Amino acid sequence: MRRLVVILPVALFAALLGVMVALLTDGERNNDPSRLPSPLVGKPVPEFSLPAIADNIPGGFSTDDLKGHVTVVNVFASWCIPCLAEHPLITQLAADGVRVYGINHRDKSADAITWLRRHGNPYRAIGFDADARASLEWGVTGVPETFIIDANGVIAYKHAGPITPDVLERKILPKLREVEGG
Amino acid sequence: MKQISAFLAIMMLVLLAGGTPSLAVEPDEVLADPILESRAREISTELRCVVCQNQSIDDSDADIARDMRLLVRERLVAGDDDEEVVNYLVARYGDFVLLRPPFQQNTLALWLAPPIMAVVIATLAVLFYQNYQQRRLAGTGPDPLSPSDRAELDALVDRIGSTSPPNPSNRQRSRFRSEIEEGMKPLPEGDDGASQSDNANTDSSGNQRQS
Amino acid sequence: MIAEIGQYVLIAALVLAAIQAVVPLWGAARGEAGLMAVGDRTAIAQAAALLIAFAALTHGFVTSDFSLQIVFQNSHSLKPMLYKVSGVWGNHEGSMLLWVLVLALFSAAVAVFGRNLPPTLKARVLSIQAMIGFAFIAFIIFTSNPFARLSPAPLDGTGLNPLLQDPGLAFPPPLLYLGYVGFSMAFSFAIAALIEGRVDAAWGRWVRPWTLAAWTFLTGGIALGSWWAYYELGWGGWWFWDPVENASFMPWLFGTALLHSSIVVEKRDALKSWTILLAILTFSMSLLGTFLVRSGVLTSVHAFATDPERGVFILAILAIAIGGALTLFAVRAPGMKGGGLFAPVSREGALVANNMLLTLAAATVLLGTLYPLILEALSGGESRVSVGPPFFNATFGPIMVPLVLLMALGPLMAWKRGNLRTASRKLVPAAIAALLAIGVTFLAVPDGPGLAPFAMGLAAWLGAGTIAEWGGRIKLFTSSPTVSLRRLSGQPRSASGMSLAHLGLAIMIVGITGSSAWRTELVTTLSPGQTVEGAGYAVTLESVTEGRGPNYSFERGALRIEENGEFVTTMFTERRFFPVANQTTTEAGIRTTLLSDLYGVIGERGRTPETANAWTVRFFVNPLVPWIWLGALVMVFGGLLSLSDRRHRVGAPRRAANAVPTTNKPPTQPMPAPAE
Repeated sequence: MRRLVVILPVALFAALLGVMVALLTDGERNNDPSRLPSPLVGKPVPEFSLPAIADNIPGGFSTDDLKGHVTVVNVFASWCIPCLAEHPLITQLAADGVRVYGINHRDKSADAITWLRRHGNPYRAIGFDADARASLEWGVTGVPETFIIDANGVIAYKHAGPITPDVLERKILPKLREVEGG
Repeated sequence: MKQISAFLAIMMLVLLAGGTPSLAVEPDEVLADPILESRAREISTELRCVVCQNQSIDDSDADIARDMRLLVRERLVAGDDDEEVVNYLVARYGDFVLLRPPFQQNTLALWLAPPIMAVVIATLAVLFYQNYQQRRLAGTGPDPLSPSDRAELDALVDRIGSTSPPNPSNRQRSRFRSEIEEGMKPLPEGDDGASQSDNANTDSSGNQRQS
Repeated sequence: MIAEIGQYVLIAALVLAAIQAVVPLWGAARGEAGLMAVGDRTAIAQAAALLIAFAALTHGFVTSDFSLQIVFQNSHSLKPMLYKVSGVWGNHEGSMLLWVLVLALFSAAVAVFGRNLPPTLKARVLSIQAMIGFAFIAFIIFTSNPFARLSPAPLDGTGLNPLLQDPGLAFPPPLLYLGYVGFSMAFSFAIAALIEGRVDAAWGRWVRPWTLAAWTFLTGGIALGSWWAYYELGWGGWWFWDPVENASFMPWLFGTALLHSSIVVEKRDALKSWTILLAILTFSMSLLGTFLVRSGVLTSVHAFATDPERGVFILAILAIAIGGALTLFAVRAPGMKGGGLFAPVSREGALVANNMLLTLAAATVLLGTLYPLILEALSGGESRVSVGPPFFNATFGPIMVPLVLLMALGPLMAWKRGNLRTASRKLVPAAIAALLAIGVTFLAVPDGPGLAPFAMGLAAWLGAGTIAEWGGRIKLFTSSPTVSLRRLSGQPRSASGMSLAHLGLAIMIVGITGSSAWRTELVTTLSPGQTVEGAGYAVTLESVTEGRGPNYSFERGALRIEENGEFVTTMFTERRFFPVANQTTTEAGIRTTLLSDLYGVIGERGRTPETANAWTVRFFVNPLVPWIWLGALVMVFGGLLSLSDRRHRVGAPRRAANAVPTTNKPPTQPMPAPAE
């Protein structure tokens, strides 16, 4: 009994050490906020309706636009540097025929227009979410974030943080294929 | 970023997401109805600003915290009760937004450990008391010699040892000590019943008592 | 050049630590006094080397030598001198250097003042200290070199976080480190005792002053830090149950338990293996806190770029130090002899209960702090929860209630076998005071939170109980004043220190209750000249003026406060903008009386055209909040008073045997010679 009791502290500590090693050696953890799991995955897209940024930019979309096809919804902002970094990959996705929608998060319309003009607009439609109210419905914690929505309008996947070539290869594309196949 | 981590590092105290002090609730957010407003404040203190370290949305000046505060008020005005408001946010951000973790499967250990530890401690106390009663009845009650008595005894033995020629051997000393020790023992107290002949305690210099 | 000297002496300190870690330990094992004595010299030399290294780094900051990377990152030529100096530890590398410096200073103190320690114990203690020192100096040299150079040297630095540019933050870190790292002494003594396989009353007596010193520093550091949070963060909060705060609070809780259990070891030669375990746990919490803060495991949400290498390094140190210590404990503790028996109702019994409750509290805080991390790791990131203030308030509070109830009772108990009836009789005044406090509070603030009057009753119980116990010791009112006075001067300082520390907690409970139960606030937008009424006061924003500080610009708001039409005060609050760091800080205007704080802050200027000449104004009435820090101050003072007790003086404790003869008459009759 006494022997067991004195071993208890070191046993508990060993377990704790295991937890810490797991956390520290988990390379994805530090740079991957998507580790915050979204309860929205597996649920229908939230109810929302967003206007266009400006008349000459294709946009304005709402919940119903995301039904009937597999779509990708990308939350971005002109002030967000990682968004710029992932922009070529989003552009490439759109060029490959994926229906990509954009939510312009907490932005000023003039800034967003300039940004899109400079870097190109791959989005099928952009919803202008200046007060981030719709972003809240989507459970967005920061930009960029990317959602994959299946043909039934159910959120199949969420990635928080910028899409890198690695993320695209290992996560986004396989998920898209899976959703399209099913 | 570097500055922020340096900041965390040295102060070991309050940790802020953006490194700036928070001036949370802004006047333009405040609801006209004081009852609704106080409910909003109460709910806000229980919700985590999801991009902050450990701040409630009531304390944080992050944009998202403000958005969430406004949402809380919007839902309250729409007639939601407190639970509905909280559930609205949990549906979108998960349990992570709750500063008071819900009592459920993955938090069982968190919520149950403190009361279980308390019960274990209480049990130990009862066991200790029973053990004490047994030992008291068996006549091995509290050590009659307090450490200071013992120290005095040590000193006495040492001095006598050094003054009585020729140098006594250690064996002599320890025997000598135990004799005195026997003499210093108080008479058994009435309520203790049996004599205290066998005391398991050894003194600090490791001398076994001879009996 | 000077920085290079710093670099070299740092390496020298590493070598010295290596020698100190090995040679005395070996000497102790072989019983060679010469080898054991090496520890003294290396400890002093190591402290000297680290002092030089620290001085070299300070020189870099004071002279704004921006060729040093950390000076460039954390300082600026325009910064006031005081903050250039505090900038030395206002960054990762420098604060780690301070950490090892404090550790080495404690070792050197043992070497210098510990002449009366048995040589083997002293050698082993110094050895353990040096092992810890070696690990952390190596950590600094290999992962966090403070003397790294930049070439070419930048023209100016990138500034210090302006939040740190405040006296309230310049000083808590050294104090916290003195406390945090000071617990290493108890740890090293515990390990040395485990190696020797012997723990006795004398051991308890040697450990106590070091623990008490560390505890006093930590109490002061935590209090100062929370005071800083209170007036700098601008919303009147002072404790947030933040993981980083908890990291400093857990060693405090365990350290407080250790402080009490080591008394039982000293006085009664009991609770020995438990006290050893507490000594290990207390310093383990310091190490764990250092790890949590340094490794970045806590900051996983929208993550900060952290250096995993550092985290892994500290984790390795943790694994060896804590894992090794607990393993040694598991091996050696069962062989340790049990101590003297005592009745459940006795001073020892009360101290054991104190220990149980404090350990329970510490374990709860530890669990709450680590639970999100544990759950995240076990679920592979799939399951995430937050554990915030509501959890800690719900669990920590209830544990504190019996603890405080017991605190009044414990000191009234006799050692070995106490008498509950006698003790309760002495607590009658405390019970009356508690009932009065509950009643008065209830009548005065009938619409406040229902538990608040009971919290006030608890504080009154502890306060009155402590005073009654103290009064009983000096026979206050039960004897003539001269007798009382004489007894007062005859009181051991450690006993008075205990009373003060307990009284300090009673005062603190009053403050905590007041500020959390009856706080009122007013948040509004005001243009200069406008008045708003609320929280029982009329608040007028008299003016907002702009100006420049040494390295910031500010808007200073003057708030005129009136109560029932009578002028109370005009308070000044600043919003400071630091262009180098592109950050804003707030300086609250605080008017404090013993009974409450009036707390005013100006916030942002309005963003819309209509509100361009208006500012957000926050005004809080924080009742009794000064009592929190007053209580902490009394606790610190109690610690210092107790520390100044002659019997605690580091040099004095020898095996009691040698001290006794001077107070004892020599035997008048020769003892019979032992019969052979």
